[in-house]
Amino acid sequence: MAKPTIPTEEYMLSGHMACLGCGAPLAMRYLLKALGKRTVVSIPACCWAVIPGVFPYTNLKVPLVYTAFEVTGASISGLRAAIDARGIKDVNVVGFAGDGGTADIGIQALSGAVERGENIIYMCYDNEAYMNTGIQRSSLTPFGAWTTTTPVGKTKFWQKTQKKNMVEIMVAHRIPYAATVSVAYPEDFINKVRKAAGIPGPKYIHAFAPCPTGWRMPPEKTIEIARLATDSCVFPIYEVEYGKYKITRKVVNKKPVADYLKMQGRFSHLGEEEMKQIQEYVDREWELLLKKEEFTKEW
Amino acid sequence: MVKKVITGNSAAAYGVKLARVQVVSAYPITPQTTVVEKLADFVANGELNARFVNVESEHSALAALISASLGGARTFTATSAHGLALMHEMMHWAAGARTPVVMVNVNRAMGPPWNIWAEMTDSIAQRDTGWIQFYGESNQEVLDTMIQLYRICEDKEVMLPGMICEDAFYLSHTVLPVDIPEQEDVDRFLPPFESAYKLDFDNPVSIGSLSMPHQWYMELRYKIAESMENARKKIVEVDREFGKIFGRSYSGLVENYRGDDADLLLICAGTMASTAKDVVDEMRNEGVKAGLLRLRVFRPFPNAEIVNLVQNAKVIGVADRSISFGNQGPFFTEIKGALYGKIPTKLLKNYIVGIGGRDVTTNTLKSIFRNMASIKDHGLDEEVTWVDLKR
Ligand SMILES: Cc1ncc(C[n+]2csc(CCOP(=O)(O)OP(=O)(O)O)c2C)c(N)n1
Ligand code: SF4
Repeated sequence: MAKPTIPTEEYMLSGHMACLGCGAPLAMRYLLKALGKRTVVSIPACCWAVIPGVFPYTNLKVPLVYTAFEVTGASISGLRAAIDARGIKDVNVVGFAGDGGTADIGIQALSGAVERGENIIYMCYDNEAYMNTGIQRSSLTPFGAWTTTTPVGKTKFWQKTQKKNMVEIMVAHRIPYAATVSVAYPEDFINKVRKAAGIPGPKYIHAFAPCPTGWRMPPEKTIEIARLATDSCVFPIYEVEYGKYKITRKVVNKKPVADYLKMQGRFSHLGEEEMKQIQEYVDREWELLLKKEEFTKEW
Repeated sequence: MVKKVITGNSAAAYGVKLARVQVVSAYPITPQTTVVEKLADFVANGELNARFVNVESEHSALAALISASLGGARTFTATSAHGLALMHEMMHWAAGARTPVVMVNVNRAMGPPWNIWAEMTDSIAQRDTGWIQFYGESNQEVLDTMIQLYRICEDKEVMLPGMICEDAFYLSHTVLPVDIPEQEDVDRFLPPFESAYKLDFDNPVSIGSLSMPHQWYMELRYKIAESMENARKKIVEVDREFGKIFGRSYSGLVENYRGDDADLLLICAGTMASTAKDVVDEMRNEGVKAGLLRLRVFRPFPNAEIVNLVQNAKVIGVADRSISFGNQGPFFTEIKGALYGKIPTKLLKNYIVGIGGRDVTTNTLKSIFRNMASIKDHGLDEEVTWVDLKR
């Protein structure tokens, strides 16, 4: 019998409260498969504050400390301090937050934790909006997307800015390890989390996690859309280890971005012109990434 | 026992050290800074074996400590005014998560206009967050209360966060002789923190999950209310036990200074109480039956103690170093509430004093007692007076 490529142990149980087809539980599931039992997770306000279930139930087989929306970085710093103070060894301290909790309201606490060199793993599961509160824009909502606070209306009020690049922000902190992963590629996901766990200091992992509810797409398309995001270079899969870039999923035949956009209702109002604009942006970003990889090849 | 001449902030830092705090996290703000600077020195010199998390904000400081406390560590932070206001969300969280975090808050006025001097509005605005609140009168009391607070807050029947407040500069930066207790005595009095939840990887739990209206939220809030009630008894017990070991105690929730037979009874908190004691003595020498009650604890509020102690007073004056805009001084309204229906109606007067650090001098307090004397003879002039206000 072939050896499974992902660990068979489960630390996230079924019976959770996420919507059908949600990518976010997959992110947690793979994260914990990679880290195992001696892991403590801190979760702020976000869909994942609801997904584990209501008090006193939980769907995680590891200790879970909830925290407020903007303080995941601080919460895991405190957990690490307590664990060190008590002389407990070999524990992974993990923050697990949405894109809003990471890139917007929580960026200060995250920046602080990373700057201080805390020995933590921070995972952002990116569904590209504030989903828990009903699909409002975040600074990681992509250009052109409809959300409830960027409605199309009569004036094309959709999201007008490009996604903030969280990995670059982390790299600018000179973080030892930053990476992107996608729920569509579990082996790569797990390998990177394992690698992160072996590196001292702060580690940041940005996980692409489609949200069928907010993206206005069929729930059975989650993995297909996530693959297309990477194959069209909308969401490249790479890592940055001590400043050295490595694209871990090389895209050879780039798929058109329009294919990706057209699968989701949140982009349904976009015309040829906007699609072209997005394609150009994606191409430029991809090229930049290739150049960074090239530039840091010998590091 | 060593005697040192130190500031209130320094006394607080010695309290932290003697309590063997394991995780400290704080962000600088005047006039709190010297607490954490002193602690940083202790840690840097290896005198205090604590993790020092140099966070980027007060909000993060408290968030870090809540998680550290849930992780089983004894924790400490210090702040003041704007820092405390920034913590507000986490103040609720600390109580809700049942983490016995201990804090020193240096009572300072809120801006604008910017003002770094004494006022109690900052901590009183945190009244409903589920924190035990002490107000210190002397540097010694600050140190001793720190040690008492860990015992009270970490008690299984309490498990709530607590703060000791110091008047900005009057207490935080004024030097006084302080007895530094012996470490072994403190160790005897204060055992290591035994958290109710440990990070147990074999029997993992989630702390702080969602609870719907028909489920347990209301019951969990009731538990906090119950624990606050338990804290009353603990505060008195711990203070008494502290007295047995260290030879000092602070009469639990309320200090009664020549109040038993006083006609004119002033109630206040913080450093102005020590000035008021001198004034009471002076008045007594002049034949006026003056007395003082010092609120040592604001949460839980000493309702029964106050009712008991004001029985013989003819006029009760309440001096508030803060104001609840749109109503009266916060101590005053709470004291009125405590007395309602419990004793025959008394003459009650509120004095708003010392706002933004304006000095509350012996003259200020004498004018208050004189006003109370005139109320005794002629009845109430007005319910609230702003004392020493420029018009
Ligand atoms: C201080 C504060 N502001 C606002 C909220 C309301 N709130 C809860 S979750 C959330 C959005 C979360 O978005 P994100 O971090 O992207 O996670 P997602 O829900 O999309 O998984 C907001 C705005 C809050 N809990 N706390
Ligand atoms: S709203 Fe989106 S992210 Fe949240 S649980 Fe539903 S599918 Fe998942």
